[in-house]
Amino acid sequence: MPEPVLTTRGVTRIYEMGEIQVQALRGVDFELMESEFLVLVGASGSGKSTLMNILGGLDRPTDGTVHFRDQELTRASDRELTEYRRNHVGFIFQFYNLMPSLTARENVSLVTEITRDPMPADEALALVGLEHRLDHFPSQLSGGEQQRVAVARAIAKRPELLLCDEPTGALDYRSGVVVLEVIERVNRELGTATAVITHNAPISAMASRVVTLHDGAIDEERHNEARAPASEIRW
Amino acid sequence: MRFSPSALDRKLIRDLKGMLGQGITISLVVAAGISGFLTLRATYSSLLESRDQYYEEYRFGDVFAQLDRAPESVAERMESVPGVALVHTRVAESARILMEGPAQSPQALILSLPPGGDAPLNQVLLREGRWPGAGESDEALLLDTFAERWEVAAGDTLGVVMNGALRSVRITGLATSPEFIYPMPPGGALIPDDERFAVLWMDRRGMAPIFRMEGAFNDVVVRMNPGALEREVLAGIDGVLEPYGGRGAVGRDLQPSNFILDGELEQLRQFSTVVPIIFLGVAAFLLNMVLSRLLHLQRTQVAALKALGYHDSEVGLHYLKMTLGVVIAGSVLGVVLGWYLGRAMTLFYGNFFGFPILEFRMGWRAPLAGILIAGGAGVIGAFTALRKILALSPAEAMSPEPPARYRPTLPERMGLGRLVGPMGRMVLRELGRRPLRTGLSALGIALAIAIVVVGRFSEDAMNYLMEEQFYRAWRENVTVAFAGPTPERAIREIAALPGVAHAEGMRVTSVRMYAGHRWRDVPLQGYPDEARLRQLLDADGRLRPFPDEGVVITEKLGEVLGIAPGDSVRVTLREGRPGEATLRITGTVDEMLGMQGHMRMSELNALLAEGPVVSQALVQIDPRDVDALEARLMEWPGVLDVASRDALVERFREQSAEMLTVMTLILTLFASVIAAGVVYNNARVAVSMRERDLASLRVLGFSRREISTVLLGEMGVQVLIAIPPGLWIGHRLCVWIAGTVDPERYRLPVVLSAETYGFAVSVILVAATASALLVRRKLDRLDLIGVLKTRE
Repeated sequence: MPEPVLTTRGVTRIYEMGEIQVQALRGVDFELMESEFLVLVGASGSGKSTLMNILGGLDRPTDGTVHFRDQELTRASDRELTEYRRNHVGFIFQFYNLMPSLTARENVSLVTEITRDPMPADEALALVGLEHRLDHFPSQLSGGEQQRVAVARAIAKRPELLLCDEPTGALDYRSGVVVLEVIERVNRELGTATAVITHNAPISAMASRVVTLHDGAIDEERHNEARAPASEIRW
Repeated sequence: MRFSPSALDRKLIRDLKGMLGQGITISLVVAAGISGFLTLRATYSSLLESRDQYYEEYRFGDVFAQLDRAPESVAERMESVPGVALVHTRVAESARILMEGPAQSPQALILSLPPGGDAPLNQVLLREGRWPGAGESDEALLLDTFAERWEVAAGDTLGVVMNGALRSVRITGLATSPEFIYPMPPGGALIPDDERFAVLWMDRRGMAPIFRMEGAFNDVVVRMNPGALEREVLAGIDGVLEPYGGRGAVGRDLQPSNFILDGELEQLRQFSTVVPIIFLGVAAFLLNMVLSRLLHLQRTQVAALKALGYHDSEVGLHYLKMTLGVVIAGSVLGVVLGWYLGRAMTLFYGNFFGFPILEFRMGWRAPLAGILIAGGAGVIGAFTALRKILALSPAEAMSPEPPARYRPTLPERMGLGRLVGPMGRMVLRELGRRPLRTGLSALGIALAIAIVVVGRFSEDAMNYLMEEQFYRAWRENVTVAFAGPTPERAIREIAALPGVAHAEGMRVTSVRMYAGHRWRDVPLQGYPDEARLRQLLDADGRLRPFPDEGVVITEKLGEVLGIAPGDSVRVTLREGRPGEATLRITGTVDEMLGMQGHMRMSELNALLAEGPVVSQALVQIDPRDVDALEARLMEWPGVLDVASRDALVERFREQSAEMLTVMTLILTLFASVIAAGVVYNNARVAVSMRERDLASLRVLGFSRREISTVLLGEMGVQVLIAIPPGLWIGHRLCVWIAGTVDPERYRLPVVLSAETYGFAVSVILVAATASALLVRRKLDRLDLIGVLKTRE
């Protein structure tokens, strides 16, 4: 029986956006299990990204608790949250968030230099099929390639969980599939618990479990009997 | 092992390369601040050091006294005065040198030299040639400044009238001494004179018989024991010399040349304290502002680094290094430049003063202080910005900033919105949305304008002072000095000379004015009842009447002595009936030049127990007739000197203004660099911040020209609103400096010329235009798709 890596209970989050208040999450109870491939779907504004940010230690809930294994993240100091992200979480963002002034290899080194047991940057980049573009700057790479650098950067630390926020959102279909294949491969080969946020419904076919968020709460949860490989996804 | 910087350090190096233009201009601002600071500090301390060494090595005396005549044996009695270490007696006589040229016969002071020239005090520095021969009565050393002015060389022969007889004197060498750094003609002259005043040093045994001073002296230089009280030594010496016609001993601070030198150095000290602080302060403020904005642009990168698991301290260190990279580059440049300019300026002033020893020293404290102030400001600026970003959770920092709250600005609400069109409204709203940011940018530009004004202030002040003093307060263009009190008839004779439009007499005598234990030697000037040529002007240019009775003194003199109208002061008279008298102070006048007392001539004549006599004639004459008048008057017996105003102004300009010109040049240069740095960086940061909005406008179909209008409009408004406060702040800073820089010799009036204001505005406008062009180029290359695709 796989153990949960992340557990949330009653998580709420209220934002002050300019002059208005937005309740992004309304009491979410949720678990992410070891080696699981989870897809979080929902319309824009349903609270996916907020949940993801809270799971990744990038943000704190207004109320409720979040546990990473036995560690209560909601009680962790900023310093402890940083350690948590540094050692356990790999992030992939919609807009890659690469350092424009660093090459592909250096962007990955940025992470490998500060973690305990990283894989070499070259190896991580080979894993995403970029072994021939090591010394290219982000501006010299296509969007798909940039996102693959971001994936390499996220997995190079051998994280326990991989959090992907709209990883294909800024990509064309072809590049999107390549990125999904890489994520799928990491999940399979490294056994990393993976959560992918998307509003792109066909992607949920890849998941072992699909959670749907609606207006800040979990609306529906289903298990896929058979997972479709990334290469067969169409949108 | 190969040096391999971490990925973060590589990012640092590349980021610095990427913002090269901004990095360089920020570094230049730091460099200008630091080098302005160092140049002035180092110049001042080096000159002080050089002067002290000169004084020490050439054994400059501590106390000086003149008397009528005393036998050499009196020297021993002075040596026994408590506190006196060494006494050097001399014979000092006045003479006249006959120079070739239009009616010139400068005054000369002849000083005796001990055998071999080796004076125990006030030693003479032989610059070239040889010492006069022992016992020679027709050989002399000549003061170098005079020799240079008149192109006299060692080996030349001059005609000198000594004790009424013309003698040929062979100049064996050119020399100077610490007492003539500024050649001050005797008799309380205000302005050094290297043209009409010379010093001749002659062998005492050769010189004494000419003046019948064998075995006697009339001039003394004294060195005090360390720790001796000057007041007591002066009193002791005065006590010994009184029966021999002693005219009152003075300490080193009032020795004429040293008094002027002290004033100049004091001015430099005050300038070198106040001005660099303003410069460094302004540079620090700007650095702070520019860096905090630059870092704001790195917001998403900071967030990404945090998301990847970098601690706040690591991110902080990264940006600290970035800041320090810029600050250190600027500091190094600033120190090197400061060293170079400080050295050049020390050499310039050192040569100007004629110091034989010039030591340039910068030390380590001033550079360290400069770097710490500039660096500290940069680091603080960077961290205020960084703290705000770090305080955000990474998720927040990475998400786009909440939509800015715009609202119609005041002019729009007043219904003027339709006048400016949508572009104009965008400009107004952007400025109005962030009044603090707009205000700070404008303040930065205003400060830059202000220091350009400060840079040119002293030159303006000096020009105004000369204009007021020499052309408004004095309306004569020739001054005739008589050797002694002269009957008023002489004035009428001068008035009858060809070309003379008007002539009037003046009685001037030097007195020592006491208030408690404080005193100053000041000229008392007596004016005829219907004086037309001299006017009393205060610093604001207002005309003040001459007193009907009593004495009106320079306000500064009242301040120095602590006396006010209504007080009575004790004075020692030197002429007429030597002794003491009491004068009533009836007013003060805020004069810019010198410290003196003004009174009615009749009252002064009565004070001196003399008839209606004058000591000077003021003459208004057609400028074309000046030379002829001089030639004629110099032949009159009893005429000591004929001076034309233009020549005096020329000398004053050389002495005081030349010093300031160099400083003005340097300060203006630095100020301009700082100004340009601010405007450019402001513009660049604005581009980065608004890149996305502007690209969106382009996508919507606006032309390059139109979007430039939005950004450049903002810049333009900031510059325009900065100009009036900038000029005002500049003026206030000058008032502050003038209050701090306060030599006794003159007051710096804060009268800024239209040219200075115009220049300051021009510097900013040029910097703004150049920045606008660079920004325009950047806007032309805006990557529309790229900007819109990614969030940043």
